[in-house]
Amino acid sequence: MSTATVENEPASTVDLGESGDGAGAIESFEVTLKVRRYDPERAEDAWWDEWTLTMYGTDRVLDALHKVKWEIDGSLTFRRSCAHGICGSDAMRINGRNRLACKTLLKDLDTSKPITVEAIKGLPIEKDLIVDMEPFFQSYREIMPFLINNSPAPTAERLQSPEDRERFDDTTKCILCAACTSSCPVFWTDGQYFGPAAIVNAHRFIFDSRDDAGDMRLEVLNDKEGVWRCRTTFNCTDACPRGIEVTKAIQEVKTAIITRSL
Amino acid sequence: MATQANPEAVLPAQGIEAPRSGRIDPKYLRSRTSRSNFEMMAWVFMRVSGAALVVLIFVHLWVNLMVGDGIHQIDFSFVAGKWANPVWQFWDLTMLWLAMLHGTNGMRTIINDYAEKDSTRAWLKAILYLSAAVIIILGTMVIFTFEPCLTDEAGNLLEGVAPEFCHGV
Ligand code: HEM
Ligand code: SF4
Ligand code: FES
Repeated sequence: MSTATVENEPASTVDLGESGDGAGAIESFEVTLKVRRYDPERAEDAWWDEWTLTMYGTDRVLDALHKVKWEIDGSLTFRRSCAHGICGSDAMRINGRNRLACKTLLKDLDTSKPITVEAIKGLPIEKDLIVDMEPFFQSYREIMPFLINNSPAPTAERLQSPEDRERFDDTTKCILCAACTSSCPVFWTDGQYFGPAAIVNAHRFIFDSRDDAGDMRLEVLNDKEGVWRCRTTFNCTDACPRGIEVTKAIQEVKTAIITRSL
Repeated sequence: MATQANPEAVLPAQGIEAPRSGRIDPKYLRSRTSRSNFEMMAWVFMRVSGAALVVLIFVHLWVNLMVGDGIHQIDFSFVAGKWANPVWQFWDLTMLWLAMLHGTNGMRTIINDYAEKDSTRAWLKAILYLSAAVIIILGTMVIFTFEPCLTDEAGNLLEGVAPEFCHGV
């Protein structure tokens, strides 16, 4: 007789000792953290700082940054807020890839070499790992990231079928971390391109059956700096910490613009 | 008591700035927007011409290199023979135009992607469009004005150069 089975949880790769007491029993190891620093008040050029730290199997890159900031060098500057992958403040370039520091476990990286941490690329650096997000949010504002509905507001909520909701489910997950936009080589050159994040958030409303302004958003993204600058490099999809299929969403917006004008 | 008319208060919207106006540093504003379908058409053209080029180039290579004597047959008279046929004239003309427009638009994209300064961008594009125009015009003229039966000053066919069919004329 067949029956539903649940696959066994994979064994943890962190070796928790058989005996011991709490945190002390978690395996510890040495990591070297190499951070690209920039402080216009101290030096004209950026420089690299290295610290060797004793960290634990449960620690993330964010914990290593905290350890430096709290115990070694208080001048190290970075953004973080929730520390749990929800607020989108701490996207950074870790070992050459854009990720959230709070979702990247040290044990998953190659700890035999220094772990490099840099600010995300393509946006002006203000200090250390903090960039000016204003160009990023400017593009976000331009696609009108709010529900626009011309019919009078109903007394209860606006109903939507599960199928209609599913149509844009993927792009509702965005936390505006900018990992995608700042991984895009087209954005790097002159920062004029709207960028994947703006398109993802336009997609979220364009394909929402309750929204009436899809056409306006398609018109905005039909700009010469809009979706047509996408070269389907897939850097954005690889970078997204929420696992959003960013390139696919961009492609769906392109198709919608073409079908609209036919 | 008569109320003092305050012209600025008559239409409150006049006194209130549009949302966000002036709050965004002009350096962050997009340089200029275009409300045309040009980029969309260019994008579609790349895909359509690409698909056409697969067929055009494959048949071109097959006929030149695989059929008959293959690569050894290619000489002046082979080309002359092909261009005596309107089908091949049309084929090569289409291939020339599509490949040139496709390649030029591809290079335009690359320049847009890589040039950081507007002046560099403008110069590179000017050179690109000029060279594309020269090649398209020259190529088109060659296909239509091609003279297969070359003669010397006395009006005799050039031996060894003119293809077989010239002797019958
Ligand atoms: C044989 C069939 C061909 C196909 C199917 C094809 C297809 C394509 C497509 C779909 C693109 C757009 C890529 C993008 O938007 O990201 C492209 C770009 C390009 N193509 Fe073609 N093409 C072909 C032949 C040619 C030829 C003969 C040339 C040169 C004359 C050429 C030169 C270019 C260039 C320079 C680009 C821009 C590259 C880029 O955007 O990264 N292609 N091609
Ligand atoms: S699409 Fe993903 S990578 Fe891009 S801003 Fe949203 S959450 Fe971040
Ligand atoms: S600190 Fe909030 S997402 Fe990482």
